Amino acid sequence: MPIDPRHVKVLEADDIIRQRANTQAWWKRLYLPAVVMGLGVTLRNMLGNLLRPGGLPTIRYPEERRDYGDRFRGRHYLKKRPSGEPRCVACMMCATACPADCIYIVAGEHPDPAIEKYPVRFDIDGLRCIMCGYCVDACPEDAIAMTREYEWASYEREDFIWDKEYLLNWRDEKIVPDGYQPYEGEIDKSRMSRGTL
Amino acid sequence: MDWTGVGISILKACLVFFGVVNTVPVLVWAERRGSAFIQHRLGPNRVNIAGFSLLGLVQPLADVVKFVWKEDYVPAHANRAFYVLAPILLLVPAAMTFAVVPFADDLLVGGRQITMQVADLNIGILYVFALASLSVYGIVLAGWASNNKYSLLGGIRSSAQMISYELALGLSVVGLLMIYGSAGLDEIVRGQGEHLFGIVPKWGVVTQPIAFVLFLAAVFAESNRLPFDLPEAENELVVGYHTEYSAMKFAIFFMAEYMAMVTGAMLIVTLFFGGWQIPWVESAELQAAVGPIPAALLQLGSFSAKLLFFLWLFIWVRWTLPRFRYDQLMHLGWKVILPLALANVFVTGLVLYFT
Repeated sequence: MPIDPRHVKVLEADDIIRQRANTQAWWKRLYLPAVVMGLGVTLRNMLGNLLRPGGLPTIRYPEERRDYGDRFRGRHYLKKRPSGEPRCVACMMCATACPADCIYIVAGEHPDPAIEKYPVRFDIDGLRCIMCGYCVDACPEDAIAMTREYEWASYEREDFIWDKEYLLNWRDEKIVPDGYQPYEGEIDKSRMSRGTL
Repeated sequence: MDWTGVGISILKACLVFFGVVNTVPVLVWAERRGSAFIQHRLGPNRVNIAGFSLLGLVQPLADVVKFVWKEDYVPAHANRAFYVLAPILLLVPAAMTFAVVPFADDLLVGGRQITMQVADLNIGILYVFALASLSVYGIVLAGWASNNKYSLLGGIRSSAQMISYELALGLSVVGLLMIYGSAGLDEIVRGQGEHLFGIVPKWGVVTQPIAFVLFLAAVFAESNRLPFDLPEAENELVVGYHTEYSAMKFAIFFMAEYMAMVTGAMLIVTLFFGGWQIPWVESAELQAAVGPIPAALLQLGSFSAKLLFFLWLFIWVRWTLPRFRYDQLMHLGWKVILPLALANVFVTGLVLYFT
């Protein structure tokens, strides 16, 4: 059945506002008591913060730092063998697992037949990396892991491409606690099948 | 020619001007730190001179240095002459308005009576309103000369708002003028030195409470402060009329806004809170007791204390209330404040007639 336009009352914005205002108590419609109450709220908060500045959530970075958990996924590093060489065997697992496609590896033949391969180049593009940690999970040699380093600011884009030497040695210059590490416990195969590990 | 008198006048003008101008950085500081504490933040506390940040008070200095050294840029599409003129037009009235505000009782030194206001005008309050309405030209001109849609909208809003609230501003004071029988601010302040029933100070807020509330709202609207800052309205108009301004020109707009705040607070104190009057202390008794100059200083202190409270109120309200919608603003101005002000005038007239 078509709607008879004579029976439709179009509500103007003003009408709606008026209807809503009329449902409130008269002293609320005066607006002033509400203003005073609001001022009370802000004053209470301000005085509370003035008297107890330590209670503020602000962290005075860089003097104070947030304490991140030991699974924090910061900048990567390559682990070394006792000889000082990288543990990496250039198997490309990490580069394959990487969803951001930020790992570039060139493999070379290692003189030791027990090791077989080593990375001639191992570059991570820090600007493309999404810090997911899949490379750490993928590595069969536990050769790559993450730290809690998050201060990477630089003026040059080139500085964010970390090559093999840098990934092996940067922790000699800056002391940073370990972050996300390869899982070393028992693996629950039943959970693995559902992909929730 | 009375050169001493001229010298004293110039001295007073300089002192008051520098006093008000130097209130601006303090206000900026109070606004930033105060808002920070209201919002559970710390606010600017890093800038320091040799390790002293003075609770962040050095920050305005750094801001000024930055403003001065930035490029004085005029956009190519702007109307250059008006673009440069606008900040001046806004700052000059803002810097002239407080000339008539008395900040202490008349001082008798060496047989010379010195009025403690820069200009002793018997039309005081009219002078203030006349200059306050001039400042709208600066804002409208800034909006128009910028040749930018946001600026233009800000300027148009500002003109509509100023015209609407000027009426309320003027009318709310009429009752006060009727009670104290003068438009000179010094006379009004002197009239507030008396006491009602022997205990309550005869302040404007006691004799005209409704006028006070209306005047307060109108002053907030006139100085373009929240909850009536529609000419700026960041989330709608970028920053409204001064969107295209940078460097020192922007700083002048900023200063003018804060000076308008100081003027507004001075008017509230003078008209409704007894100006320099110290409650329950007669000015003549005080002068006899401690001497004229300490008495004047005490009165100046009383004035400043009240002034600071109302300046803080401006900041406090800004960080408490949300902005009005444009139609609500007009509704409030024309349909609520204006009739109430008229009714207030009428009732005051009746009461004065029958007493």
